[in-house]
Amino acid sequence: MNERDAHNKAEAGTAADGQGAAGSSRGGQLTSGMVKPTVATGDEHPRNAPLSIHDMTVAYHRKPVLWDVDFDAPQGKLIGIIGPNGAGKSTLIKAVLDLVPKASGRVLIYGKPYRKQRGLVGYVPQRESVDWDFPVNALDVVAMGLYGRIGWCRPVGRGHKRAALEALDRVGMADYAGRQISQLSGGQQQRVFLARALVQDAQLYFMDEPFAGVDAATEQAIVVLLQELRSVGKTVLVVHHDLQTVAEYFDHLLLLNMRIVATGPTSEVFTRENLHKTYGGRLTLLDEAAQAIASKGVGR
Amino acid sequence: MSWTMIDTWIVVAGVLSAVSCALVGNYLVLRRMSMMGDAISHAVLPGLAVAFLLTNSRGSAAMFVGAAVVGVLTAVLTQWIHGLGRVDSSASMGVVFTVLFALGLILIVRGADSVDLDPGCVLYGAIELVPLDTVDLWVAGEVPRAVVTLAGMFVVDTLFVMFFYKELKISAFDGQLATTLGINAKVMHYGLMTLVAATSVAAFESVGSILVIAMLIVPGAAASLLTDRLGVMVAFSLLIAVLCAVLGHVAAITVPVWFGYPATNTAGMMAVVAGVIFAGAAVGAPRHGALSKAIHRAVLSVRIAQEDILGMLYRLEELGGGRGSSGAVAGVLRRALGVGPIVAGLAVWRLTRTGQVQRTDGRYVLTGAGRADAQGLVRAHRLWETYLVKHLNLRADHVHEPATRLEHITDSAMQERLSDRTGRPRLDPQGKRIPPGSPEDDADGR
Repeated sequence: MNERDAHNKAEAGTAADGQGAAGSSRGGQLTSGMVKPTVATGDEHPRNAPLSIHDMTVAYHRKPVLWDVDFDAPQGKLIGIIGPNGAGKSTLIKAVLDLVPKASGRVLIYGKPYRKQRGLVGYVPQRESVDWDFPVNALDVVAMGLYGRIGWCRPVGRGHKRAALEALDRVGMADYAGRQISQLSGGQQQRVFLARALVQDAQLYFMDEPFAGVDAATEQAIVVLLQELRSVGKTVLVVHHDLQTVAEYFDHLLLLNMRIVATGPTSEVFTRENLHKTYGGRLTLLDEAAQAIASKGVGR
Repeated sequence: MSWTMIDTWIVVAGVLSAVSCALVGNYLVLRRMSMMGDAISHAVLPGLAVAFLLTNSRGSAAMFVGAAVVGVLTAVLTQWIHGLGRVDSSASMGVVFTVLFALGLILIVRGADSVDLDPGCVLYGAIELVPLDTVDLWVAGEVPRAVVTLAGMFVVDTLFVMFFYKELKISAFDGQLATTLGINAKVMHYGLMTLVAATSVAAFESVGSILVIAMLIVPGAAASLLTDRLGVMVAFSLLIAVLCAVLGHVAAITVPVWFGYPATNTAGMMAVVAGVIFAGAAVGAPRHGALSKAIHRAVLSVRIAQEDILGMLYRLEELGGGRGSSGAVAGVLRRALGVGPIVAGLAVWRLTRTGQVQRTDGRYVLTGAGRADAQGLVRAHRLWETYLVKHLNLRADHVHEPATRLEHITDSAMQERLSDRTGRPRLDPQGKRIPPGSPEDDADGR
């Protein structure tokens, strides 16, 4: 155990060292998609992967939600996060983005801690997570994606509004810019959220169930958009529910049920056996151990 | 009524209290945590008491610090108790603020009994006494102390909202996104709570805690009914706050006099005016008001009744075996529709006006145009029945109800798609003929 920690520390050091150089040439690398995805084995994490999660555990009220998650996202791929309800899919994203505390583990975005790389990361939360009766219109919501860049105490300028309008246009929503958001359909609301992510112009995107409750036209529009993002070298992680479309939409998968069941190219890991392990309801030894710890924790 | 300088100062104090509270109150309303205003405005009491006991003066600075600390503490404790799980946020708020308020009362009664920090004043305020306690302001001469304090508070609130306008907006709308963009939603939350606490204290003395709560919530709530834009909402809330204060005082010194009583409490009247304004907004607001919603609903139910009448007359013709051979009297139509006489009357009147239905010999029958429309409705109904049976495996005797609802929102393009999906059927599950969508279909069908 100690040996492993020491190894990790050493590795963290080199990853951070290497980042200086990588950071400066980042733009070139990302758009050309030169960074080769490396398959992680054991504790070896590839340097400068868009997302590198090491040994992450997250617990709510002492009940583990994610257990020892180890994952490296390959550069420039559409990555599906698949798993049953309560598997910790949303929590995985939130823990990476520091929205929920991690019990343990380390997350690196392009080789550096997340808080130094905020500008590179775009987030599309679940549609239900906000109050759609809020008195703003579609354009306002999209412009929110720019607030981080605009900076504290500065107003939203004309250029920002133009950028927001362009993003709305990309998702086919330019005609609805002035519409109050409660007057939009579910699919349109989701497109507004996507436009807000686009305007952030991030390199790595996290999308929490963008396909939930949208119409067929919106689903198609989102798929096209995801492919566009991939074609310019962005990496996108998408929480997805519909197993029917998994193989069609995603290059790479992360099968999750509290711990990682399998990760890898869709063609390799999207198998009956892995799905059975993910959804099968039969507890493996590890989950049983985690459950036991959880129940003890509650009992204390 | 006779207006004096005293009235002017009372109104100025009232306006400043109201606009300061309304400004920060907007964000409580938007975050759906209006009760937090209630909680904080009560819970600051121990902060005031402790500040008084420590400094032994009613100096504003110490009071503000005390109130702000306890205000934030209220928000933190509420969050913490809620975070323990099993206690929802309004319950945890209730626990925190009642305990703190009671503690404050005890401290005041036990420790500060001899001085004029009395609980009654905290609750009801003493806006009528505002003009009596003045400070000599170098430029403006004698100005009531409360007015100076409130003006300062309003300036601070305004600067806060102006500078952090977009940060407050995004934190209230989507705190998670705000946090990922590096705008710490928690910091904004506690910043807002600090200002709510400080503003409450500043307004306390003049208008009392009950009116503080009213002014924190009512202008924002009323404004949110009137508009769908945040900036407009803030502006409206300020306008409403000003109206409450001015009309409140005018009403307080005039209305009771009309009935032969002496003038009444201004703070109380301000809250009453706020209630009246809110009621006006709730009823008359353009989109979210009760009136416009009722009209919208009525229009919809008349339209549905119209379509139901068309469908009914069409079916009657089918049963009667021919065009114009049947029809119905008004009473039968109404009973069959199961709607009120007004809706039925309006529906029939509109159908006659649009020339879809005509009255002959006291019976209503379809015109040619009406028949075409009716045919589309019946077609939609029966296609839906077919679809529901075929593709959703509902039983044939269970599909009438849903089809009745769906027929009203099915245009001809959707009918065609339904028809394609169900294999262009000619009969519905009950064996009734599905009317054709167009003449060519008709030729096919026969």
